[in-house]
Amino acid sequence: MSNNDTEAQKYLDMDMLRFTTAGSVDDGKSTLIGRLLYDSKSIFDDQMEKIEESSRKKGDEYTNLALLTDGLSAEREQGITIDVAYRYFSTPNRKFIIADTPGHVQYTRNMVTGASTANLAVILVDARNGVIEQTCRHSFIASLLGIKHVVLCVNKMDLVDYSEERFKEIREEFKTFSSKLDVPDIHYIPISALYGDNVVDKSDNMPWYGGSTLLYTLENVQVDSDYNHVDSRFPVQWVNRPQSTEYPDYRGYSGQVAGGVFKPGDEVIALPSGFTSTIDTINTFEAEQEEAFSPMSVTMTLEDDIDISRGDMLAKPDNQPTVGQDIDMMVCWLNKEPLDPSGKYAIKHTTKEARCIIKDVKYKVNINTLHRVEGDKEIGLNDIGRIKIRTTKPLFYDAYKRNRKTGSIILIDEYTNETVGAGMIL
Amino acid sequence: MHLYKLNHIRQLESESIHIMREVAAQFENPVLMFSGGKDSITMARLAQKAFWPGNIPFPFLHVDTGHNFPETIEFRDQLMDELGVELIVAHVQDMIDEGKVKAPKGPNPSRNKLQIPTLLNALEEHGFDAAFGGARRDEEKARAKERFFSHRDEFGQWDPKNQRPELWNLYNGKKNHGEHFRVFPLSNWTEMDVWQYIAAEQIDIPSLYLAHERQVVQREGTYLAKSDYITLTEDEEYETKQVRFRTIGDMTCTGAFASDATTLPQVIEEVASARITERGNRTDDKKAEAAMEERKKQGYF
Repeated sequence: MSNNDTEAQKYLDMDMLRFTTAGSVDDGKSTLIGRLLYDSKSIFDDQMEKIEESSRKKGDEYTNLALLTDGLSAEREQGITIDVAYRYFSTPNRKFIIADTPGHVQYTRNMVTGASTANLAVILVDARNGVIEQTCRHSFIASLLGIKHVVLCVNKMDLVDYSEERFKEIREEFKTFSSKLDVPDIHYIPISALYGDNVVDKSDNMPWYGGSTLLYTLENVQVDSDYNHVDSRFPVQWVNRPQSTEYPDYRGYSGQVAGGVFKPGDEVIALPSGFTSTIDTINTFEAEQEEAFSPMSVTMTLEDDIDISRGDMLAKPDNQPTVGQDIDMMVCWLNKEPLDPSGKYAIKHTTKEARCIIKDVKYKVNINTLHRVEGDKEIGLNDIGRIKIRTTKPLFYDAYKRNRKTGSIILIDEYTNETVGAGMIL
Repeated sequence: MHLYKLNHIRQLESESIHIMREVAAQFENPVLMFSGGKDSITMARLAQKAFWPGNIPFPFLHVDTGHNFPETIEFRDQLMDELGVELIVAHVQDMIDEGKVKAPKGPNPSRNKLQIPTLLNALEEHGFDAAFGGARRDEEKARAKERFFSHRDEFGQWDPKNQRPELWNLYNGKKNHGEHFRVFPLSNWTEMDVWQYIAAEQIDIPSLYLAHERQVVQREGTYLAKSDYITLTEDEEYETKQVRFRTIGDMTCTGAFASDATTLPQVIEEVASARITERGNRTDDKKAEAAMEERKKQGYF
């Protein structure tokens, strides 16, 4: 019994790593994920049977692990991945969420989507091709989206005779390129997803490689410090007023902590009103909490009755977000309809909804060279550019680099309701 | 130094609560689709947490095929009482009686397909603009690409190739009149996460999930429970087995398997060592490799 308890507790105490995978078509990304799932024993017999049968039908020489992840029928027909797919596996210490994103040029928006919630990016290159345009594109997106850890997997080492020289060449190539990026932690691993070299088990074919396997790296990379625990930010999501006989006067503010730490007794300032009060209690269903930090979802009560509603923010008087309506940001365009350089869009930022007008398109980025493209200001699908917007209401924000939650914005087309732009505040 | 660290289950819980509050705030008339299975029971607990000490600000909707396990219905009614939420039941039988759908025939007369028009009819009739579902991305390939906020057109259809990008924790619930959203707060949970959470939170579950003796017939590699809705073929007969269910759906298509797991820790141990997916015993998914995707496109849960 006690044994069961500790086992269960261990499971609950696992931490979590969200990572995204990127590579161009045929870099073997689906095979790599299939391999991770298979070698970490996350594949069930009936799934395996299904893909063995599909592989046989298609006349493949070996069981195609890529079929494990190609979910939609159009993908199976074309043999490519169209949309972001989420996969799950765990090892005794960590649970993993993989955002598997397609590599083709036209699906960059999916990589942005996958990267937006990831702590780490696994980027694949084909050992025969080395660092290509798409590698640069993927790395730039990872960097732009604030991913602090990148693992460059040099795949298909079996096709270059497991050559150490080739691996080093590619590593140098990538080092040169990545010095322009803002990624503090980069790992390089030579692998063969097809045969499993250095994925879960160390490869006998590459005795010259002294580093860790991919799975070991994923299990051990430290991501706790990726959350902002310095700048206290609490976007109010829901005002909780039961008006019940048991709680006649309860007035709580519910939300997910977006940064910093809140404790009962802390003085807080409500934005936009500017009134200050003191935190009385921090509630969750199970108990009163002594503190709340990101990404906890809690409900706070204050000592004073001040007017606060959804879209407002609680912060500390001595550490407040920027309050403003003129905002500079990098935007990644996600829609076939290009950005209208003087258009109006709906926006969502933390729990706030507003509208904005595009004031200026400053430049577009050539995402293969990272150069600014002067003169061409048309921002179309998959383009990244720097723009300035003016919002109908003030936003309470931080730079995206400092806080992903208070620095991110989405732009929505007011006619189609589609999410058309992903903005990162500068 | 003090560590600000949330373990994975609390991270998942917080994400789900965030999504539930977001739906309550963004939509006028949300509803929670409740099947009586472990996933919808988990959602019920999360909804309770999200709005505590207030009440859950939306009703629950059960699409009743008429082929339910009696245990499920009993459990459902008890839970609704405890939570104090309004339960709306949409009956497949009513749709059949009104001639809106035709009842299937055969030895396994699955009403699974009939749930789609019944559900869409109920959503329309009550004017629900967002419906919570307990689907998880780890369940099935087609679900791996589902968003948290999944847009449905006025026919209730899902267009997997044209989904809205979903970034950070910013959820876009904007829509035109007549359209609705399906929302999946458990998207990032795995079967194991759900079980461990149920155990940690000491949440009650229907007895069907624990091993018990039952009369069953072996069909297509799984055991189907004895019921009035199943017709035996000539060479079939009922036998008594110690079984349990890994998912709970219609009596006609939810297979049981032999098990000795009579307690929750034993169930968890069994899940941990299981070699087939939980839907592996669902004959409705077996019909074609793309079976789930097809049903989802039409508006399935």
